[in-house]
Amino acid sequence: MDILTTDGLTKRFGTLTAVDSMTISLAEGEFFGLLGPNGAGKTTAIKMLITLLPPTSGSARVAGFDIRTHSSEVRRHIGYVPQLLSADGQLTGYENLLIFARLFDVPRNEIRSRAENALDFMGLKDAADTLVRKYSGGMIRRLEIAQSMLHRPKMLFLDEPTLGLDPVARRTVWEHLAKLREDFNTTIMMTTHYMDEADELCNRVAIMHLGRVVAIGTTATLKASIGKEGATLDDVFTHYTGGSLESAGGYRETSRIRRAAHRLG
Amino acid sequence: MKPMEAIIGFVTKTFALAEMEVRKLRHDPTELLTRVVQPVLWLLVFGEVLSKVRAIPTGNLTYIEFLTPGILAQSVLFIAIFYGIAVIWERDLGIVHKFLASPTPRSALVLGKALSAGIRGLSQAVIIYLLAILLGVHLRWGVLEILGVLVLVMLGASVFSTLSLVIACLVRTRERFMGIGQLLTMPLFFASNALYPISLMPTWLQAIAGGNPLTYLVDALRLLMLPGYSAEFPLALDFGALILAMVILVLIGARLYPRLAR
Repeated sequence: MDILTTDGLTKRFGTLTAVDSMTISLAEGEFFGLLGPNGAGKTTAIKMLITLLPPTSGSARVAGFDIRTHSSEVRRHIGYVPQLLSADGQLTGYENLLIFARLFDVPRNEIRSRAENALDFMGLKDAADTLVRKYSGGMIRRLEIAQSMLHRPKMLFLDEPTLGLDPVARRTVWEHLAKLREDFNTTIMMTTHYMDEADELCNRVAIMHLGRVVAIGTTATLKASIGKEGATLDDVFTHYTGGSLESAGGYRETSRIRRAAHRLG
Repeated sequence: MKPMEAIIGFVTKTFALAEMEVRKLRHDPTELLTRVVQPVLWLLVFGEVLSKVRAIPTGNLTYIEFLTPGILAQSVLFIAIFYGIAVIWERDLGIVHKFLASPTPRSALVLGKALSAGIRGLSQAVIIYLLAILLGVHLRWGVLEILGVLVLVMLGASVFSTLSLVIACLVRTRERFMGIGQLLTMPLFFASNALYPISLMPTWLQAIAGGNPLTYLVDALRLLMLPGYSAEFPLALDFGALILAMVILVLIGARLYPRLAR
């Protein structure tokens, strides 16, 4: 059964079309990657799907609910990890989970056990009572994934989950994401512009360029589709977007990424 | 969802956000100490000097007595009005996005934030009471009066922090917000009864002061803090005006807050 479907989903900001007629569907349990250079429309697409941004036209259903007419139900069934590190540094890891458990209606008598299990699952048990501002970037990211899973969402949205992390921290996040999907069969949609990340984790990817989905399929099919021996996902990317990863992305995007990297230390 | 469940959810979530603030303060209370400086300056320097001059007629109260509740209200205003900076900061980090992607009613998010600011404001009441004792100000010490003052301080901080949130949602950047914050504080302060009685003002300023929530906060604080103060308005009107301002601002805030994540 499809857990997410979009039909001609479009977002315009003035004359700029950030997402142009996106029509995709995701089966339950899929790990789906949304790839594209900075400014391709990945984050805008995710924002529409998690009901933060109303579409200009088109429609989408997430976890069986229409994003326009049943936005509150959609929110009840999804988890979301934004691009920047958004855990609260002035609270401990456990407290960060506590607050979100309550915002997501986790039954009162289950809050403690779910928070403890989530910390354990993400390898943060020993840091539960440490203030988050003392966490490393990788730990914060894992805490945020734990935070987004407390209410057992059917679907998880991750926006650039390893942006600015060092290689070791990235690998640990990957391992936990893979385990999350295995253990809970959670459907995951992730945006990234790291091709190795998509290759490692995703069953299927869509490549976005200037707001449009220009290619969609399993990584193997896409590699085969460009007719080059031993093609990598990088080759696929260059083939479909016709440029390098860094071609797009203005001042604002760059400064956001630098800020994230700075916070990660 | 049934209406009863919705109400319980609303209240639980509002309090969850306020609890978060209490936990933050417990981890790091130093911020509260830095807030002592401004009221000390106003009461010790400005208040003492103007007391000597006897330029402002304050009835049977000394000027320093008259001023004390005014400075409590002022310090609540000055702190709360910059709350929007924290809101913009939370937007930049993506915290706002996470709140908005949760099944929490927008009004509960805004009210929870207001309550958080209210809790922070309570420290100002403690500071002012200590200062007042030091300065020999005669205070009312009844339990109900003190409880009333605490509720008023929370209400006042909630009103001005929500006003600040509304402005933050409109201007969206820290730079623009700072400008507007500066622009607002002084007129709100001077067009109120914090430093002088309304009767001293020209008519046009009296009209403005009548629409300023700070006026009602100061009036109610004076009544509950000082023996022998004859209030400008009935206490119910003071509370009513503040609650009305709060409800209107929370409703506007709830409509505008989601814009921050776009």
